[in-house]
Amino acid sequence: MASVPAVLTSEWTKIRSVSSTTWTLISAFVVTVVMGAALSALLNATFDDLSEAEQATFDPTFVSFSGTVLGQLAMVVFGVLVVGTEYSSGMIRTSLAAVPQRATFLFSKIAVAGVLALVVGLLTSFVSFFLSQAMLGDRGTDIGADNVLRAVVGGGLYMGLIAIFSMGVAAMLRSSMLSLGILMPFFFLVSQILAAVPGAKDVARYFPDQAGSKIMQVVPDAMNTDPAPYGPWGGLGIMVLWVLAAVLGGFLVLKNRDA
Amino acid sequence: MIEAVGLTKRYGAKTAVDDLSFQVRPGAVTGFLGPNGSGKSTTMRMILGLDSPTAGHVTIGGHPYRSLPNAPRQVGALLDAKGVHGGRTARNHLLSLAQLAGIPAARVDEVLGVVGLQDVAKRRTSGFSLGMGQRLGIAAALLGDPQVLLFDEPVNGLDPEGIHWVRNLMKMLAAEGRTVFVSSHLMSEMALTADHLIVIGRGRLLSDMSVTDFISANSADFARVRVPEDGPEDRQKLTATLVEAGGRVMSEPGGALRVTGLPLPRISDLAHGCDVRLWELSPHQASLEEAYMRLTQGLVDYRSTDDAKAGLAEPPPLDAYGYPIGGHVDEPVAPVEVPQEGWYAPPPPGPRPAPAHSPAAEPSPAAEPSSAVPAGEQTSKDLR
Repeated sequence: MASVPAVLTSEWTKIRSVSSTTWTLISAFVVTVVMGAALSALLNATFDDLSEAEQATFDPTFVSFSGTVLGQLAMVVFGVLVVGTEYSSGMIRTSLAAVPQRATFLFSKIAVAGVLALVVGLLTSFVSFFLSQAMLGDRGTDIGADNVLRAVVGGGLYMGLIAIFSMGVAAMLRSSMLSLGILMPFFFLVSQILAAVPGAKDVARYFPDQAGSKIMQVVPDAMNTDPAPYGPWGGLGIMVLWVLAAVLGGFLVLKNRDA
Repeated sequence: MIEAVGLTKRYGAKTAVDDLSFQVRPGAVTGFLGPNGSGKSTTMRMILGLDSPTAGHVTIGGHPYRSLPNAPRQVGALLDAKGVHGGRTARNHLLSLAQLAGIPAARVDEVLGVVGLQDVAKRRTSGFSLGMGQRLGIAAALLGDPQVLLFDEPVNGLDPEGIHWVRNLMKMLAAEGRTVFVSSHLMSEMALTADHLIVIGRGRLLSDMSVTDFISANSADFARVRVPEDGPEDRQKLTATLVEAGGRVMSEPGGALRVTGLPLPRISDLAHGCDVRLWELSPHQASLEEAYMRLTQGLVDYRSTDDAKAGLAEPPPLDAYGYPIGGHVDEPVAPVEVPQEGWYAPPPPGPRPAPAHSPAAEPSPAAEPSSAVPAGEQTSKDLR
């Protein structure tokens, strides 16, 4: 039986030896940080134009994570490619012939890629926070303020969880193209639109990205968003449930289907 | 030792592998032959635990693959030459596989040298030719220095030098006492490489014997008889006489007759007796390739009868399958029982026609309309 450390080492070699890893993770970082900083600067300049409700719930921490909406898409691509290229290249047969224990194979892969995504997510979130606060100037907040550290760490967790969720979906669908075709529009459009439609938003707020992003808010209902029936950690919990479901689904597909 | 017992794999209504039982013994190269789509790769995947059999089981050294301790150290496999992430370098690809089994990185460089890829070790595999991909796959199989090796069509895409190398490599591995199981759809290749042959068609076992036995059991002699081209009536007269005397006569493309069941002097006497001149009377031996094609062809044609081998047991109706004659577009004008439509037709793309409509179209048991003989395989003759 292939031992878990051996599989972890092997998966690490696989991840670091393809350039898609570098590029997707760098784009996640750059997009999130740049867009967060730019929006922070913009909001700072146009603060007086904001509606009263928005001014009252102005959340400098949440504003620094504005880039996440786009940056998470790069994380989705990273997660999908890590699992999906095994199938598209046919490498999956070689991998499974070498690691007949499919649980070990999949969970090791997700562990390695997930930890990497979390690390990059946390780095992104801290850099994004500090840069954005610099842009916000006097309206900014401080890492030592109440709940701010929780939100910044949460922002990193959010990025990592999105990537792991994508890995689970890719393992279920066994195809990079199909997974990207579903996940990208979902996170970029469907979820965002539904969350703004009355009626649909009661359902949409339980979607992984909507629930998970709650952790990045310090002021409740920041920027005049809809009040949610769960707190920051509750929201992240909902997201974790989604992630677990996706990974479990991926595992069941891998376990029961012919490679 | 690989042992399959009653191995069966169904995909919906389609049976890819049907009650297959065989053993692959150590110390010999065992060839696994069958036409495209006959279930070779499916069988290989079941051996490696990638596909679960619908019924039956297959074990390696007494264990199902999935419960083998440290499988990469015991079994090496080449399944798909293109089954590599194109963005990874050859060395990193092998390194990731080596790390799984706790194989040191030095071994990676060693096998890269063995397969001759040391110069491109740092290059991404997306730029590799099919032949280089095969070499990389073979390197991956050799990585753990395993006692059991499986190669699925290893010579595809290799140049002659590479084919020669693979042949020697497999023989060498077998000589070291390892179990070597090689699939191919080329009889000619297997005749040169393998010690033992397992032939399947449509997922069923057709033959399981040593190459020597296969040759003596399946090849047969025949005589080629050619009469002057200006006398078609002579041709018919001779045919009638030969058939009367107990021979089997078939027409070859190009106008010659292929006669079995009569010795050469007797044919000459009979021709003399009915006053027919002969331009050619020559002894020939059917190639292994032809025997193999008849074997696999027979299964397709006679599939819906009870005995899959019904068409094979018959003494050689050695019509010109695979016979390398140029003018094969001519519809033979010959008299006798050889309806040779679609003689050299290339194989139909995709799945073979459903067995249901083949018996109806079957004119006589001696006839073997070949619908699925790859044209490329026709060119090899007398390969032994």
